[in-house]
Amino acid sequence: MVAQNVVFGILAVVMVAAAFRLVTTQNVVRAALFLAIVLAGAAGLYILLAAEFVAWVQVLVYIGAVVVLLLFGVMLTRAPIGRDADLDNDQRLLGALVALFMLGALGAVLLDGFGDDKVGEFSIRRTAEVSDSIFGAYVIPFEVSSILLLAALVGAVALARRD
Amino acid sequence: MYLNQFLLLAAVLFCLGVYGVLVRTNAVLVLMSIELMLNAVNINLIAFGAFRDNVIGQVFSLFVIAIAAAEVGVGLAIVLLIFRNRADIDLDELAQMKG
Repeated sequence: MVAQNVVFGILAVVMVAAAFRLVTTQNVVRAALFLAIVLAGAAGLYILLAAEFVAWVQVLVYIGAVVVLLLFGVMLTRAPIGRDADLDNDQRLLGALVALFMLGALGAVLLDGFGDDKVGEFSIRRTAEVSDSIFGAYVIPFEVSSILLLAALVGAVALARRD
Repeated sequence: MYLNQFLLLAAVLFCLGVYGVLVRTNAVLVLMSIELMLNAVNINLIAFGAFRDNVIGQVFSLFVIAIAAAEVGVGLAIVLLIFRNRADIDLDELAQMKG
């Protein structure tokens, strides 16, 4: 348990630092790379919680596909690649206030609701169990999500094509 | 491991994402901040799944990942369309629909 807490601490510090830089950096490409660091840290957390399949899906889909897609978006929209001081609007203080208020509210609720609850002994869920659940109890949401992906695919092509 | 350490970390990431959505003017950066928020939700789902010792949290987070992938695809297509029409993706300049 001590080793797990040490790993969690390292991951948490790295993720919060990278997320902070993600929302404050003035370089669009660096922001995408910081996003990749946060997503990799989240994959580490999933491994820590014995969710190995989700961790690898996270690496494949998020780091492999979504970050690359976002970098393509940066490239195609000719966002300023170099340093550019105009990526934030003039609501920084207000935005920080809203985020801090939200953090305070969420933190108070979480501390009140789950004060001493421990993630105690949990069994390692193998991929077979996850797939049994997806193709058993959750097969209809699974099919609906595949239709959603198809609709998103067709919609994205229809939106982005030149005609 | 306390359940709260995961939930509080996810709350911090979520609030940083909210800050990014509120403050950024570049549309691609706003999409990145939205991904950050969705990821925080996923951490919560996995943590609750381990807390309850069942597999449903993982199943839900897989659905969230699939829908986030669809969201970012359509979102980038819209951003590309805005860029093609206006040669600019500064969200503060997008005020044609303002009455």
